[in-house]
Amino acid sequence: MDSELQNRLMKVVDQMPPFPKSVHRVIELTNDLNCAPKDLVQVIEHDPVITMKMLKLVNSAFFALAKSVTSVRHAVVYLGLNTVKNLALSIATIQCLPTKSTAEFNTNDFLLHSLTTASIAQRIGKEFLGSGDTSDLFVTGLLHDFGKVVLAQFMTEDFGKAIVIARERGIPLHEAEMEVIGTDHTTVGAMLAEKWELPKDLTACIRNHHNPDAIDASPEIIDDCVFAADQISKKLEFGFSGNPVIEAFPEHMVETFGVDMDQMIERLGDLSAEVEKAESFIYM
Amino acid sequence: MKIKFWGVRGSIPSPGPATVKYGGNTTCIEVRSDAGELIILDAGTGIFPLSQSLFSEFPLTSHIFNTHTHWDHIQGLPFFIPFFVPGNTVKIHGAADPVSQKGISEILSAQLQYRFFPIREAELKSDIEYFSLKEGEKVVVGDAVVTPVMMNHPVINFGYRIDCKGKSVFFTGDHEPWRNIYTPEETEEYEEYKEIMAQKNKQVMDVISGVDVLIADTSYTPDEYMQKIGWGHGTFDTSIQMAKEAKAKALYFTHHEPTRSDNALEAVFAEALSRNTRHEGDPDYFLASEGLEIDL
Repeated sequence: MDSELQNRLMKVVDQMPPFPKSVHRVIELTNDLNCAPKDLVQVIEHDPVITMKMLKLVNSAFFALAKSVTSVRHAVVYLGLNTVKNLALSIATIQCLPTKSTAEFNTNDFLLHSLTTASIAQRIGKEFLGSGDTSDLFVTGLLHDFGKVVLAQFMTEDFGKAIVIARERGIPLHEAEMEVIGTDHTTVGAMLAEKWELPKDLTACIRNHHNPDAIDASPEIIDDCVFAADQISKKLEFGFSGNPVIEAFPEHMVETFGVDMDQMIERLGDLSAEVEKAESFIYM
Repeated sequence: MKIKFWGVRGSIPSPGPATVKYGGNTTCIEVRSDAGELIILDAGTGIFPLSQSLFSEFPLTSHIFNTHTHWDHIQGLPFFIPFFVPGNTVKIHGAADPVSQKGISEILSAQLQYRFFPIREAELKSDIEYFSLKEGEKVVVGDAVVTPVMMNHPVINFGYRIDCKGKSVFFTGDHEPWRNIYTPEETEEYEEYKEIMAQKNKQVMDVISGVDVLIADTSYTPDEYMQKIGWGHGTFDTSIQMAKEAKAKALYFTHHEPTRSDNALEAVFAEALSRNTRHEGDPDYFLASEGLEIDL
């Protein structure tokens, strides 16, 4: 990516608004002294922009904690509810430019894809790998496509073109983005995550989620869970994020989980509750 | 190392005949290293009488460590006399604020605005240096080492451990034990949150572990606490639990509730001790009071 484009993206993301519905809820909840902490946490952790910005603020070099904060729940325990609440409020009220859907990129469909990827990644971590604290899997699933939010917001036309090309030619969206824009959402998302000093595993997963064989410092558990969840969410058509291609699990992943994608879907069972939960947030 | 309490009251100064014994000033603790380095934990109103005891040491370098920037922990700062005398150096250490994204250097300029205080920061005569601390990064003060760790309060609050020549003290600042925001019925979330709390508690315990003296925010009785959940303060019982878990040798209860008279304070202290019978190896328990000195 050339540095001019990089600088432009950095600037625009600072101005990026959260999704309008969560702004409304955050303001409503923070005005209520007796709001249940878990309600506030739920709103924050379902909005990619607020989550991303919060992780950015609390992991910045300026305010580095001894341990990097990898999820909204970590932030509540490590920084305290009140600090998280005020962070959310300051992020939510920074400005009120509405995030619009375009013909090619529907915001609600995108959110549904991100949220189901997040919750399925969490389910996979629990059920296939016996992980206890899976809040970082949720966050990583939620933010894996963050680069698309940026492209949709600020390179709307070119990003729309890429979606059309991907659909017409049946190629992965990131390849179409590369053709039209000269970079793709994994690079854009990872560049921002890196610049913002987000947790390394999260950054690596954003960068590698279309390249599951990449050798990287990130523990494969996160990469694998999110990659698998991303494919399952697409396969079951939970929302849509512009990518028509479903990729098979690479061999090492089949080994890790002991199943292939179809077997995993079968083992996960009925996922309609995850979809309903996500929809109840999107359409609240 | 020597420790002296100059302010033990929480929230707001509480002078008057009913608080003469334990004192009405808000938080301020003087710590002296073996070599005589001056470390001041918080600048509540207790820092004013402390500063009056320092004249003979001018020119003096003082290290003020601020646990957090709520009023009762900074209210005495503009009256810290060394600021007004040339030749003194005051080093102010504290946490940055993630919401405003500002460092601790804001602490004085926020207080010394002309409408609220007659002297501007620029008019102070001493040298002033600010240090925005990062969690876990040790600060060397002569022969002492100060380690900050983040506690739980409605603003960023550092607890500080001070080590000197094999002796140690930890002050929590204001601290409420972490609480699960989910109910046990919400099994998955509850368990996950519990695990994050356990990780955080372990991180804090690793810092506090084995201290000679633990000074802990003990604002409430367990009954009172039920009305004050989320206000960011501990109880007698939570402080005792923390001290036992950390294997502290002595526990000093501080941040006394401002409406509590001396008699009432002694009564709730006695009740706490009867609820928590001391066993062999448990810490010794004390109420912090203004003027009380600990020699380690």
